[in-house]
Amino acid sequence: MAKSAEELTWKDLEIGAIITEPGSASQYQTGSWRTERPIIDLDKCTKCGLCYVFCPDMAIKVNDEGYPETDLFYCKGCGICVVECPKQAITMLEEEG
Amino acid sequence: MKEKRIGVEVSQAIAIATKLADVDVISAYPITPQTHIVEGVAELVADGELDADCIPVESEHSAMSACLGSSAVGARTFTATAGQGLELMHEVLYVASSMRLPLVMAVANRALSAPISIWGDHSDVMAVRDTGWIQIFAVNGQETFDNVLCAFRIGEDHRVLLPVMVHLDGFHLTHMIEPIFIPEQSEVDRFLPPYQYPLPLDPDKPVSMGGMGAPNIYFETKRAQAEVLTAAKEVILEAWKEFGDIFGRHYSPVEGYHREGAKVLLLTMGSFSETAMTAIDALRDEGKEVGLIVPRLWRPFPFKEFRQAVKGADVLIVLDRALSFGGPGGPVCSEVRSALFNEGKKPKVIGFVGGLGGRAVSPDGFKEIINRGIEVAHKGSEQEFEVFGVRE
Ligand code: SF4
Ligand code: SF4
Repeated sequence: MAKSAEELTWKDLEIGAIITEPGSASQYQTGSWRTERPIIDLDKCTKCGLCYVFCPDMAIKVNDEGYPETDLFYCKGCGICVVECPKQAITMLEEEG
Repeated sequence: MKEKRIGVEVSQAIAIATKLADVDVISAYPITPQTHIVEGVAELVADGELDADCIPVESEHSAMSACLGSSAVGARTFTATAGQGLELMHEVLYVASSMRLPLVMAVANRALSAPISIWGDHSDVMAVRDTGWIQIFAVNGQETFDNVLCAFRIGEDHRVLLPVMVHLDGFHLTHMIEPIFIPEQSEVDRFLPPYQYPLPLDPDKPVSMGGMGAPNIYFETKRAQAEVLTAAKEVILEAWKEFGDIFGRHYSPVEGYHREGAKVLLLTMGSFSETAMTAIDALRDEGKEVGLIVPRLWRPFPFKEFRQAVKGADVLIVLDRALSFGGPGGPVCSEVRSALFNEGKKPKVIGFVGGLGGRAVSPDGFKEIINRGIEVAHKGSEQEFEVFGVRE
């Protein structure tokens, strides 16, 4: 799309504001909402994958070794992963500023 | 022109119209007094006369939701409801118009609970007034039939792409057997081209519909929607013109009856209008300069045609079949009053509420309304609006 959302006038919109490039929600930085970030202690982690399953924003990826990694572009800091981890391997750290 | 005239229940005539329109999908939940419409369509499909999918659902909310989906893939879609059913659809009605899906719905106008009433009035319509649909009121069976065909043509026009409601009074029209002209398939095909949605849901060319609208874009979407509904009037006029050219029956946004030179005008919508005409005839015989106007197009409201229609009148008496509780009386009356407010020379607008929950208004009743309206226009009244036909 040539114009950003802020530049679009009502005349620029597709009928019914249909999105012709699907998947555009991936451009939305839910990470900007975060006040705390999850820190994963890999020494405690058993690679069970529950944090990956429960994260509502797909902000946890599983790396090649099978360990979870947070994607801070999307992680909104909800803390669900902390509650779901059966090994108490995740703690929340307050963001600075 | 090839047409045959048959005696048929108006609900059944609507079913025949969906067949002639070659509808692809029907999803509806039966509710009195709309039931015969859905039964009629289902029967045509079951008998193999109409090649369409009937989606039976557990509620009107689901019916309208199913219609969104089918319209979005590019299927010509029809539904029908009444009263409580229309209210249960309420939130989905906004989605249909906002997503610009041109499905067609016949609404068998019915009163709202409580107490439970299956009988007719316009409370259901007025509660969905601002849902962004094109809304057409039919006065009789032929108009209903014709405007169901017109509704597909109007809604599906690429300059419009909006859903359309065709309103017909519950029982007074739905259950009435009338002689109705039914055109040949070839004639209907001339009038109604196949439905082609410009950006359908299609796995080969994916799109997303009904996405999130944050404050940085939501308002623009609503502005676009408002604009297209207002601009739809020109397409509606064009469709009615072409319908008239092909079928010989002509429709306009505001109909008049003995309007010329009338000093006193009555305004009614829907099937009551024909009863009102009998009263107008009687009053004309008594030498009174009275006339009738009947808005056929409710949304988009035809401001220009309405102002033109009341020109020269001193008194405009509006009968509403719905009540805005704690407000200025009837919704139609408040709209026409505000449409005239800034005009230089304008008639005095006197509002009546009557005919709720199937309560009939006879020709004598309309004479009473007109006479009382004239009296109020000259002498004034303590009340914001008049109520007709209730036991005091
Ligand atoms: S804090 Fe919430 S959003 Fe972030 S990784 Fe954990 S579950 Fe996902
Ligand atoms: S839930 Fe806890 S133990 Fe399981 S993978 Fe995530 S961090 Fe590791």
